[in-house]
Amino acid sequence: MKYLLLKHYRGGPDAVSPQPPMDQWAPEDVDAHIQYMRDFAARLVETGEFVDERALRPEGTFVRHDGVGRPPVTDGPFAETKDLVAGWMLIDVDSWERAVELAGELSAAPCAGGEPGREWLEVRPLFTEQLLGTE
Amino acid sequence: MNEALLRELVPAVIGILVRRGADFASAEDAVQEALIRALATWPDDPPRDPKAWLVTAAWHKFVDATRAEASRRGREVAVDAEPLAGPAPSSDDTLRLYFLCAHPTLPPASAVALTLRAVGGLTTRQIAAAHLVPEATMAQRISRAKRKLEGLPLDQPGDLATVLRVLYLVFNEGYGGDVDLAAEAIRITRQLAALTDEPEVAGLLALMLLHHARRASRTGPDGRLVPLGSQDRSRWDTGLIADGVTVLQAALARDRLGEYQAQAAIAALHADAPSAAETDWVQIVEWYDELLPLTGDSPVVRLNRAVAVGEADGPRAGLAALDGVDPELPRYAAVAAYLCERSGDLARAAELYADAAHAATSVPERDHLTREAARVRQQLRGS
Repeated sequence: MKYLLLKHYRGGPDAVSPQPPMDQWAPEDVDAHIQYMRDFAARLVETGEFVDERALRPEGTFVRHDGVGRPPVTDGPFAETKDLVAGWMLIDVDSWERAVELAGELSAAPCAGGEPGREWLEVRPLFTEQLLGTE
Repeated sequence: MNEALLRELVPAVIGILVRRGADFASAEDAVQEALIRALATWPDDPPRDPKAWLVTAAWHKFVDATRAEASRRGREVAVDAEPLAGPAPSSDDTLRLYFLCAHPTLPPASAVALTLRAVGGLTTRQIAAAHLVPEATMAQRISRAKRKLEGLPLDQPGDLATVLRVLYLVFNEGYGGDVDLAAEAIRITRQLAALTDEPEVAGLLALMLLHHARRASRTGPDGRLVPLGSQDRSRWDTGLIADGVTVLQAALARDRLGEYQAQAAIAALHADAPSAAETDWVQIVEWYDELLPLTGDSPVVRLNRAVAVGEADGPRAGLAALDGVDPELPRYAAVAAYLCERSGDLARAAELYADAAHAATSVPERDHLTREAARVRQQLRGS
């Protein structure tokens, strides 16, 4: 089963241990954080559970169709209050439990002061294209 | 069999078919089919003249396909009147193919894909893998591009500047899959340089060679970005540098300066310096002054020039050179941050590095700038 792990810049439940912006950490903490994410992905490649991952740039907007012949309505760009996805990782694992376990590990990435960041990650199962159990 | 040799022949063969009256899309399809036959039969039965063999085989495929289409009977008559295939020098035909693939009406992504396929001889699968898109997507992109070229007159002289821009785009795509697009761009540009005496083609080739020579040192372990000043120069490819400098000098000697030659000259000065500290920044600034009018006073060139001025005349002069450059430009904040840090304004530098990280367009660049911001803030706390 494939699951999407969503990282948020903002949105989701309130942070358990709020972090200062990354550029205000000690440089070695930045390195440790990046290395942790990299090692995490590399390990999932080895276990055959990694599918893909991408970081998303922060700018973006909501767009809505507003009738034929009219320009689409856009909302924003906004940078202050709304939910904002920072990036995602797609994994292919045997169970929901495994997906949750991995998301938990990813959330433990060390942040300022080397402490685990404990950021919230959203885990979403993907629909599959296949009809299961049919011939 | 040497697949690279086979690919070298592709543009000339397509060019010959087009000159004989085939439309571009059919010629391209016919050559691809001939290539498949070549791969199957050549190992057992190598031809004496590979190019003539390909022209003949592709021409037969084209005639077969044309016959099969009733709506093209008129063209068929014209086709039959043409002489049979044989070896033929055809540099003009090949050159025309470059112009066609980089036609200004094509969106850049399509021009790049078509150039790689028709001029570079890559398969659709290889091109798709290199761009990290599904093969079906790339096949569509290519066939839409070919449809767009249908009916275009082929006798017009093309725009060499557009061709060079497309080749530089290919070079900057980097690499994915089993094809190294930077190496492909160099190979294709080398072919083009052999077809034309325009010094800018040589200028672009030199620029690519000089950039390519430094590639191994540009990222550290784990894909970390290593800025020019900190690169391990022992990992630079001295053979490629020598090659690039030779190509550049021959171009400059013809005394028709263009922007690629000027950029290559700057790259050559970097490549020549035994250490970052020994870089001839004064001469680099002079080349930027040559480059500016050639690019219509490009803001990006002005931004890069400010870096060189900062090194040649000190960070305050560099900041002054930034005056009037649009702060919205990509990398403006990164340049300003670097100059501020060197001028001693650490607080402003940290802010600007963080802004630059926010605006970065690649993950290695973002991570690098975040580290720089963190490093400067740490210095601030310590001082």
